[in-house]
Amino acid sequence: MSVAAPVLAVRDLAVHFATRRGDVAAVRGVSFDVAAGRSLGLVGESGSGKSQTCYAIMGLMPGNATIGGSARLDGEELVGAPRARLDSLRGRRMGLVFQDPMTALTPHMTVGAQLCEILAHHEGASRTDARSRALEIMERVRITDPERRFDMYPFELSGGMRQRIVIATALVLRPALLIADEPTTALDVTVQAEVLRTFRAVVEHTGTSLLLVTHDLGVVAGACDEVAVMYAGRIVERASTGALFRSPAHPYTRALLACRPRLDDPATTRLRTIEGQPPSLAGGDEGGCSFAPRCIFAQARCRTERPALLERRDPDGELRRVACHLDAQA
Amino acid sequence: MNEPLLQVEALSVHFPVRGRGGAPATLRAVDAVGFEIAAGETLGVVGESGCGKSTLARALLHLVPIHSGRVRFDGTDYTHADERGLRPLRRAMRMVFQDPMASLNPRFTVRQAVREPLDIFEPQRPSRERDRLAVAMLDRVGLGAAFAERYPHELSGGQNQRVSIARALVADPKLVICDEAVSALDVSIQAQILNLIADIQRDTGIALLFVSHDLSVVRHLSRRLLVLYLGKVMEYGDAAMLFANPRHPYTRSLLDAVPVPDPAVERARRPPPLSGELPSPLAPPSGCVFRTRCPRASPVCAITPPPLRGGPEARFACHHPLEEHTP
Repeated sequence: MSVAAPVLAVRDLAVHFATRRGDVAAVRGVSFDVAAGRSLGLVGESGSGKSQTCYAIMGLMPGNATIGGSARLDGEELVGAPRARLDSLRGRRMGLVFQDPMTALTPHMTVGAQLCEILAHHEGASRTDARSRALEIMERVRITDPERRFDMYPFELSGGMRQRIVIATALVLRPALLIADEPTTALDVTVQAEVLRTFRAVVEHTGTSLLLVTHDLGVVAGACDEVAVMYAGRIVERASTGALFRSPAHPYTRALLACRPRLDDPATTRLRTIEGQPPSLAGGDEGGCSFAPRCIFAQARCRTERPALLERRDPDGELRRVACHLDAQA
Repeated sequence: MNEPLLQVEALSVHFPVRGRGGAPATLRAVDAVGFEIAAGETLGVVGESGCGKSTLARALLHLVPIHSGRVRFDGTDYTHADERGLRPLRRAMRMVFQDPMASLNPRFTVRQAVREPLDIFEPQRPSRERDRLAVAMLDRVGLGAAFAERYPHELSGGQNQRVSIARALVADPKLVICDEAVSALDVSIQAQILNLIADIQRDTGIALLFVSHDLSVVRHLSRRLLVLYLGKVMEYGDAAMLFANPRHPYTRSLLDAVPVPDPAVERARRPPPLSGELPSPLAPPSGCVFRTRCPRASPVCAITPPPLRGGPEARFACHHPLEEHTP
């Protein structure tokens, strides 16, 4: 891990929603760093808090949300920052990519005009300067024939090309951090492969850091240096992508990897499953490990005492953090 | 060999649309597709969005009109059947859709939803008997009687999908069409539902038509595979053979694009061989429809549409097929 100050430093981030049915604790104390030029994948199932973590960092929360803890972008605190300040940071210092490229782009403006508008609004770029920078960034996200695409409307482009335009809009102001929430979930596998390649190339060539939120471990395997696995609002395991896939330590990570059919496995007749369902995040936080009710290894202690996310080294020297009593004993 | 349960010959589904400039045009969503499903077997249908896989599934149930071709199911030709004539088909061929929240009636309790097919197809059965069968089916899909009086909004996505499956199975179908039936579910829940489908198939001997964009899921369930591109069959045959040794470059590209949860595999990945964009289905390329994105395309591909050829185990529509490995 690098000694330089991280681009993004998140500490004890908590997100609560006040709803008619009471308090919902969606994120329950999440801490991680993203170093300059590195990529972190935040993985989990629906309701794990992965998307809310990222919306809290971006400052895009509804009125009934309360955010606790800290998230610093290049040292600047984002939690509790004034709205105007967050508006100015979004786009300029952190670029955002969402799942559906059709709703992220304005339908009645050409993609070139949308890129130029961003440059004019944030940096007061001149028309010719904006145009040449827009074309440059389109090339960077591997749009073939950018001169021609510049004057096209979003509906004239394919889904994959639209998502690459969205990535271009997120990158055009050269942000330090790119935050992508399920950026390939709405795309076909063939198109997904191309968009993931674009992300890899962008991180490699521009030095932008990437926080990628996804439910798909296959996507993380190809696109991220590190992975944090979330369950019920907390990180349960964090490691380098290689270490996590080679030797998953948390029972949830292991189960998650085992229950997905894989193309490179011999065809099996039965999948491993995780019985039961994720816990409801409404109401108070019961003591113990949130995964214990579904964990086949759970012991009495797991139901009463919450395991901390402890740092340790693998036998091969890899740094890893795991929140599991059984792992701590081993 | 016995007659297959479902026999589809040269099935085409055309939609009249307005093309560029508002001129009337024809969208060939499904173009001369043929395949068979034997009793108790699973056929997987794969392809990118817009390849016609969902339209094909819908056409089998006459949810979209058939333009031409022939559909024979369980010994009867249903191609030109009217609403009345379709009743036996709609009982024996059921469908599970992707989004159970959209396909289940929000005003029906789980019990009402599951018993509705019995109300329609077996009204002569006493009402109490229909209730009993519905609750027994809920038990079979792992929900139990405790769920019977709940409404869809009180259930999770996975639980609702179990309700959809119970509803599809309650009137003893012979074929169940699953159209992206696990695509909206989380991986841990997806595994539960896939195992449930496999168990039910083993116990009841129903046949499955499994439509999905997810090749890993399809490979897990299917014995045979149909690969579609722009409404046409690219490759069709034994699933194990197609996955191990695809002959069509499109099948190869699809397989190569699937992300594998293993960074070593991902890093060593070849660049995606599929270049370019999916052509407009309103103006499909001449000759082979895949040629504009095919790494092996040659002049002949632009002139002659390749016929489906190969052995009885696997067939492909390509002028320049990939080599056949000997196992």
